[in-house]
Amino acid sequence: MGRITLDRVQKKFGDVEVIPPLDLIIEDGEFVVFVGPSGCGKSTLLRLIAGLEDVSGGEIRIDGRPATDLPPAKRGLAMVFQSYALYPHMSVRKNIAFPLKMAGMAQDEQDRRIAKAATALNLTDYLDRRPGQLSGGQRQRVAIGRAIVREPAAFLFDEPLSNLDAALRVGMRMEISELHKTLATTMIYVTHDQVEAMTMADKIVVLRAGHVEQVGSPLELYKTPRNTFVAGFIGSPKMNLLTGAAAAAHGAATIGIRPEHLDVVDSGGTFTGRVGVAEHLGSDTFFHVHVPEMAEPMTVRAGGEVGLTHGDTIHLTPRAAHIHRFDAQGLRIA
Amino acid sequence: MARAISTPKKIMWTALAWGVGLLIFFPILWTFLTSFKTEATAISDPPVWFLFDWTTENYSDVLARSNYPLALMNSIIIAVGSTLLGIVIAVPAAWAMAFVPGKRTKDVLMWMLSTKMLPAVGVLYPLVLIAKYLNVYDSRIMLIVVLMLINLPIIVWMLYTYFREIPGEILEAARMDGASLGKEIIYVLTPMALPGIASTILLNIILAWNEAFWTILLTTVDAAPLTKFIASFSAPEGLFYAKLSAASIMAIAPIIVMGWFSQKQLVRGLTFGAVK
Repeated sequence: MGRITLDRVQKKFGDVEVIPPLDLIIEDGEFVVFVGPSGCGKSTLLRLIAGLEDVSGGEIRIDGRPATDLPPAKRGLAMVFQSYALYPHMSVRKNIAFPLKMAGMAQDEQDRRIAKAATALNLTDYLDRRPGQLSGGQRQRVAIGRAIVREPAAFLFDEPLSNLDAALRVGMRMEISELHKTLATTMIYVTHDQVEAMTMADKIVVLRAGHVEQVGSPLELYKTPRNTFVAGFIGSPKMNLLTGAAAAAHGAATIGIRPEHLDVVDSGGTFTGRVGVAEHLGSDTFFHVHVPEMAEPMTVRAGGEVGLTHGDTIHLTPRAAHIHRFDAQGLRIA
Repeated sequence: MARAISTPKKIMWTALAWGVGLLIFFPILWTFLTSFKTEATAISDPPVWFLFDWTTENYSDVLARSNYPLALMNSIIIAVGSTLLGIVIAVPAAWAMAFVPGKRTKDVLMWMLSTKMLPAVGVLYPLVLIAKYLNVYDSRIMLIVVLMLINLPIIVWMLYTYFREIPGEILEAARMDGASLGKEIIYVLTPMALPGIASTILLNIILAWNEAFWTILLTTVDAAPLTKFIASFSAPEGLFYAKLSAASIMAIAPIIVMGWFSQKQLVRGLTFGAVK
């Protein structure tokens, strides 16, 4: 079981309020991703849940029990760190066994659990090596192994993939997702990468300057961003946010159109501009278009291969059903 | 860093390095040679270098005239005792400063270091009075405590530097894995800092062994270590250079042997953290 409740949880460093009072419920078995730009307080929030930082106010409950004043060891949570944080002087086996040893578990039960975790994570051949002799991906697996043997109430991941190269990152992302499906244990995952958030999460918590901007499933956030910040943060490439006359025409201060919701038409169209950069990926073509009346270039995603290149004139029409409207405060207009 | 150096330059620098090395080593060499001369040869002018009648009579004289085993034992107990006591106090102190620093941690560290700049003689009188008052003058325990206090800033500083090299996330991982503070220090911090702790111990044993000011001034006979033992041969009634040299060689031999065998560890420890 791993239902985590944050009730008016607050964190100050001296006089600086990093996280203003915040409420959040993480259901048992959920995969929750905290996402936001760097410095938004997502890691701090995770560390508050872990118990590595003390809260300045409010209450944390794990499975209904108050955990605010419990030391990290007593919260029943396991954490995977960005730097892996393996014990360099211990073999892989001893690293994985460490939490079990600390819990005073019987040796045969320890061995059984280590063998099981090693099999699940393809580490059986490396059990007697030191962390220094492993690759980045293997180290990350050892860190995960050390977390899963304890059978914790919840797993906490602090940007676990950011030290890996791009190819490995995609692979590990899948492995962690699959691990979640297999174990069905609550996972809280911190990242600044919205692609990781979109692909892995059951529920995404978007944070900015310690505030929760929106909580919802990946598709909810994609389809109905609550404000311009979430609209701009979720989705890749970024949503085009337009102000001025284009927005006023829809009765809004700002309108948002995702690159995939702009159609390239032969003539006419709502916007006419000049192609700045054309990125041909085969499956898709991305255009960065300079429209005279817009301050920022617009991004367009055209399916397949479209034969336009730098300097060509391009005509664009947004799909009316997919125009997001925001008021002067940046909030969504229903 | 690859840098091309011509052969003549290499020879020049090597010669210079050897020259400086010999200059530093010369007093010890001279003491060593003198310790095997007769008192008459020892003061002969011009000095005799190697071609003299080598004799070990100075050593047997020194051993017969004084209690070398007691002084040696005192030196070992005082040097090792003050270092270990210092480590026991400094490990928690350095842990706190390295991993839970406060606003004034840097100031405390600087202040501790600044006590090393205080002329020792400034606290001589109070310390002698305290020693007499507590009836611990000329006792090993007094010297252990005094030398520990004198070297404590260095021990804390060294351990602090080594601990700072250990990533905090690893200690946090231990905490998440259910380790109490004690277990975190025993199973994770100490093994990781072991090379640093070892060189701190070695260096401080050497410092305590060589410390002469307090060991000479706070002892008479019972607790007198090898420094006092050497000093007792420079008596005002007559200069016995050969015997003084023999005593010196006997006093420094143990620490030189120890330093020789642990030089790798010492150098590694002292440069630890300089290269990432």
